[in-house]
Amino acid sequence: MEVTKEQIKRMGSMLDGCMSSKELFQVIADEKDPHAFDVLITYVQGKVAWTEPILLPLTDHLMIVAKETGKQRQAIVKCTCGHEFTEYRVNWKVQANVYVRRSEESFQELYPQGMHATEGWHEIREYYCPGCFALLDVEAVPPGYPPVFDALPDLQTFYRDWLMRSLPVDPHEFEDFTTQYIADNFAQREV
Amino acid sequence: MADSLRDLLNENVQRTEESGYYAGLRTLSLRNQDPFRWEEAVTKLVAAAVAAREVAVHIAASPLTRSLGETCFALYTPDGDAVALSTGIIVHVHTMSEDIKTMIGDGYESFPGIRDGDIFSNNDPMLGNVHTTDIHTILPIFYHGELVGWSGGVTHQVDIGGITPGHDIVAATSRYEDGLYMTNEKIGEQDRLYPHYLLRSRQGVRTPLYYDLDEKARISGSEMIKRNVIAFIEEYGLDFYHQISREVIEFSRRNFLARSRERLVPGRFRAVSFADTPFAKEAWQPQAKRDILHHLPIEVNVRPDGSLKVDYEGNSGYGAFAWNTALSSVLGALWVVLTQMLGYGEVVNEGFNLGLETYRPKGTWLNNNEVYDLSRQTPWFLTIPIYTGLYRNLQRSFFGRGYIEEGTAGYGLSADATQGGMVLSGLTGEPQQMYAPITTFEISSVGFGANPVRDGLDHGYAMFNPEADMGDVEDWERLQVGLRYLSRRLKPDTAGYGRRRGGSGFETMGLLYGVQSATVFSVNMGQVFPNAGNAGGYPAYSAYTLHAHGTDIVERFAKQQEYPRGDHPDHPEIDDHLVASQIDRLPYATYYPRSFADGDLVYMKYTGGSGYGDPLERSLAACEKDLQEGIYTLRVMSDVYGIVVSCDQLGNNYVDIEASQQLRHEMRQRRQSRSVPFAEFYQFERERLQSGELIGPVREMYRDLSQVGKRFWETSFLATWQLPQEFMLSWGDPS
Repeated sequence: MEVTKEQIKRMGSMLDGCMSSKELFQVIADEKDPHAFDVLITYVQGKVAWTEPILLPLTDHLMIVAKETGKQRQAIVKCTCGHEFTEYRVNWKVQANVYVRRSEESFQELYPQGMHATEGWHEIREYYCPGCFALLDVEAVPPGYPPVFDALPDLQTFYRDWLMRSLPVDPHEFEDFTTQYIADNFAQREV
Repeated sequence: MADSLRDLLNENVQRTEESGYYAGLRTLSLRNQDPFRWEEAVTKLVAAAVAAREVAVHIAASPLTRSLGETCFALYTPDGDAVALSTGIIVHVHTMSEDIKTMIGDGYESFPGIRDGDIFSNNDPMLGNVHTTDIHTILPIFYHGELVGWSGGVTHQVDIGGITPGHDIVAATSRYEDGLYMTNEKIGEQDRLYPHYLLRSRQGVRTPLYYDLDEKARISGSEMIKRNVIAFIEEYGLDFYHQISREVIEFSRRNFLARSRERLVPGRFRAVSFADTPFAKEAWQPQAKRDILHHLPIEVNVRPDGSLKVDYEGNSGYGAFAWNTALSSVLGALWVVLTQMLGYGEVVNEGFNLGLETYRPKGTWLNNNEVYDLSRQTPWFLTIPIYTGLYRNLQRSFFGRGYIEEGTAGYGLSADATQGGMVLSGLTGEPQQMYAPITTFEISSVGFGANPVRDGLDHGYAMFNPEADMGDVEDWERLQVGLRYLSRRLKPDTAGYGRRRGGSGFETMGLLYGVQSATVFSVNMGQVFPNAGNAGGYPAYSAYTLHAHGTDIVERFAKQQEYPRGDHPDHPEIDDHLVASQIDRLPYATYYPRSFADGDLVYMKYTGGSGYGDPLERSLAACEKDLQEGIYTLRVMSDVYGIVVSCDQLGNNYVDIEASQQLRHEMRQRRQSRSVPFAEFYQFERERLQSGELIGPVREMYRDLSQVGKRFWETSFLATWQLPQEFMLSWGDPS
């Protein structure tokens, strides 16, 4: 889908914060640009230093891209910096770097005293990209809580049935493989 | 003829199920014939509901209805499907519908009969409704002897006669403490209220004047809809009315699916929030004396046809607290947020409800109708936090579709509703011994969440009412005589951190003055973070409690000395500008009613919205604006945003660009040095679980999940941590 320079400029201006509140309100209130999906992809693709085609943007930094490895064409998660996570049906967090705030002291690095959760009730998990150390996600959860798999898009349905386009990756099941990945990669150490 | 409504209800359910279209309407024949006339007619029906609300708010007495618009009106089909809804608390798109369907299902048509001029009322969540404080008044609409629909109105009461004063009671632990219940009752006929109902309602609440006038507001609004529908039928004909009231529902269903397919990406989206109930110390009743951590996950599945499946698997169980709820409360709260994200600009009605499916596991706080005696007085305590997850989920889906301007990383909790009651001393001219409620509702204007293209709205959002309005201080003081506002101002460090920050919360210092005695209580999250951000944004602050007793504030006024107008725990004003015999600062923010005396202070603080994106990527220009507007203190600017502040010769603070860039660089390096690969984190958390090093409420939460959230427990918890089925047994007794 061809998108115009004006559309790309507008997308960039919204993301970078250059657009005035008045103009932004119009974007929100007006009829939606039916090409927004292609505009966002074109905009991000033009900013990154790598060439794998973006299939779906997840966040500012994380993109699902088509990756060719030998004869395999997989959809994987990739950071705008170029760091590659695993395939998109596995929660990317299992390959991130993590810093966990568990104590009052570590909460108070961020929050005024008394204006944070109570130690033991909650911890703050900060997930960083191992490539650029951008903060990719923050979880506020109790100790022992399984990492949340935020978004598992149904890529095949989206491309085939909603966009009426072919998806440039091998056919696959729409399934969450995170626990399988954990079982395969993280050895159990009994206490 | 006796049960014709029940037959109609069953027929329409069957037609919808069999055809996949509402009431079997595969084609919208009226709309196809003349779309302009169709639009004109639909607009008249919607206008009837909106006009009813606009008039009714001027009849009501309570500022909750009059100033804040805590009310809405609706028109229903004869079998109880919402056709058109007013603006306002559109929570009730489906609640009164449940009332009507329950009455039909229970054979009301045969007995006690449904006749022109009858007045029905319900406030029982088990039958419809959100909580007892929302009173429904419902009128059948007849045209030449035929029941052609229903009109209904709902207003939020100041007080409902529960175990304590208040509209969102903390201390109710069973149904018998919830207050006045109208359980799908006929409360009047021949357009008049029954005398026994008037006696019961007036004597059943602490604020009968407000109750009476709000009742009149609901009846008047519903009557307006009734008359407008009759005028509509006179103009367009009865067959046209029946047909269009069905077509507009099917039209809305199709619109919802089309909007979903236009804006979203199909797939599975997950988010979780938590709530804390600190009742080990606070509760009076033995059965309620425990601290509870509530697990509130929400999974949204955007299905290939555009419909949504909202899955509540893993939610915590019910209990001896007021936060339990029933179907219509859950759907009501779901709808009020969904219409703001996907359904705005359309006719909101039953059609939207047909565009989604919910899964609510039995035995949880949101599916427990088999347990009759639970308190369901304050379900908002859990429905408000859980739907921050709905926002976060849909924001991710909007982003994937390129609509980066849509959705948010949640919202500030509409919490800290300080409530109670006062007996006045007469000091300020009011009659001695007069009772006045404490019913603050500034929760209507908390901080909104951020999204990729904008910061959250400061102190201007309420998830339950798209027309957020905190009301005027003067209006509140007129109602809450005896609770004076010493301030209302922005509270620093309350906006969730992020590349785009959440909207800021605000604060108010309340003074009890001219009171003989007072009781005060409140609800808010304090021991958990109230929400979480998206894409690297942080949750907003957690609340706390601050009270001062036996103060010298009156002497300070006389001497024109400074007095505390807010609180920042890092440098509390209350330490510098007040002498008090007792200062209570608690780490939690939900507390049972406590006694207060003349001159005591109650601190009220309102939540901020959560952030979006990495705070170190927030533009320096935006940080400078935050600095100038007092959104954050210098410490937070430095420690969270990596901002070095310098001061010019005139004493103005500004962002030192070079030094800030250097600090941000150092902070990124620190992230690298102190974070660990996921595998290391995984082993640490897993070993901690195995050794049982968890506090009681967390252990209890997991134990509860193994009972009422088995799918979550097995496929998410046990599978993630590679733990055996019998794992919980190794933890022993939770006490």
